[in-house]
Amino acid sequence: MTDTIRLTPPLSDEDTAGLKAGDRVLISGVLYTARDSAHKRLIELLDSGKELPFDIKGQLIYYVGPTPPKPGQVIGSAGPTTSGRMDIFAPRLFDLGLKGTIGKGQRSPEVIDSLEKNNAVYLAAVGGAAALIAKSIKKAEVIAYEDLGPEAIRRLEVEDFPAIVVNDAHGGDLFKAGVEKYRKKAS
Amino acid sequence: MRTVKAEEITDKVRTLCLDAATKLGDDVKCALEGALKTEESPLGKDVLSQIVENYKIAEAGDQPMCQDTGLAIFFVELGSDVYIEGGTVEDAVNEGVRRGYEDGYLRKSVCDPITRKNTGDNTPAIIHLSTVPGDKVKIMIAAKGGGSENMSGIAMLKPAQGIPGLKDFVLKTIRESGGNPCPPIVVGIGIGGDFEKSAILSKKALFRPVGSVSEDAELAALEAELLEEVNALGVGPMGFGGTTTAIGVHIEKHPCHIASFPVAVNIQCHADRHKEVTF
Ligand code: SF4
Repeated sequence: MTDTIRLTPPLSDEDTAGLKAGDRVLISGVLYTARDSAHKRLIELLDSGKELPFDIKGQLIYYVGPTPPKPGQVIGSAGPTTSGRMDIFAPRLFDLGLKGTIGKGQRSPEVIDSLEKNNAVYLAAVGGAAALIAKSIKKAEVIAYEDLGPEAIRRLEVEDFPAIVVNDAHGGDLFKAGVEKYRKKAS
Repeated sequence: MRTVKAEEITDKVRTLCLDAATKLGDDVKCALEGALKTEESPLGKDVLSQIVENYKIAEAGDQPMCQDTGLAIFFVELGSDVYIEGGTVEDAVNEGVRRGYEDGYLRKSVCDPITRKNTGDNTPAIIHLSTVPGDKVKIMIAAKGGGSENMSGIAMLKPAQGIPGLKDFVLKTIRESGGNPCPPIVVGIGIGGDFEKSAILSKKALFRPVGSVSEDAELAALEAELLEEVNALGVGPMGFGGTTTAIGVHIEKHPCHIASFPVAVNIQCHADRHKEVTF
């Protein structure tokens, strides 16, 4: 079993190049959240030649739509959402220097190619482990699209946010390798 | 005739919504903790222990176990000797959902299908109403997330395809879903009826406690076979590979047209939030 690797965005090419599918990572520092509607708006900004609401270079985007915080909470429950819905948007953002995304479930071949091309990675957090993950989020601030509610873009400060490398920058794919390893062939 | 106030239904539904979001049932806990012991993949074990720790944190902190607190789906069995005073069952249930999701700081995840505009209060709920003999009301809720619901499927198979065709369809649906529905999953299967009946049965099957077996011996045998075959797929916890892909396969059936063989598969994630109350 591999040791846990610590990551602190912004990530460099070396940081991502060193990650392998199946590695466990703990992230500390800043994460940006975005899901369906926020992605749609980000891409519309790019299409009209405008700047993104945050500097995306070296950053990680976490696909999440948290529950509303209770009084006194930093954030509500905040586990990953299905990444596949963001497949049509992701390559554009990797081309601009985004270094990785965090979600759950598999990515399209186009996203996987884009990871290799841009030396970026796809990480998974444990879907449904939303109360546990929320404990690693120390600060949350809406930085764009407040009207989208849970889908607004938030800047999170996290400490030891747990994730697993699914697609590395070298074509490694945990889903393929893992399932192949445990699939029982029909006798 | 027994009179039940609509307000009482609203109250019960509110409580069901709050409990479903924060407290996993003993059936599911027991299945997940069992899986943690038997899972062969180290990464799979890791995932399962996070899942177990998560529902403990959620319950202790009275916090939603998953951020997707779901669409609220109900099966309501209304005793034929019950008179509802002060409104319809549907309105009373929706009001309960509205209050539960607001008071519990639950995420409102319901929107217009075309404009995508959020309805703001997690209504309307999906309500399946039926009448039964007696003077009781039974309300069953599932707070069902989108991730697993999206991986569900329905097939109008040919009768000649039989059980092998059914199994192929079920296994293909699960294999292709991979990690998307947050495995380990519970698989609800509806066989027969017509197009929508099979789908409703597949959903209803998910309301059975995890670990229960069908009362129909033939279906019970099919459930056991399919559970083994699903777990042989190797998808594993969160799709990372492993020996626990499902913790249950539940099947319901209904007579169908001689020319038809409808099969619906409804996928439920490990955050299997179902609750019920009878009063
Ligand atoms: S599939 Fe279930 S556990 Fe996973 S994110 Fe959706 S509701 Fe939560």
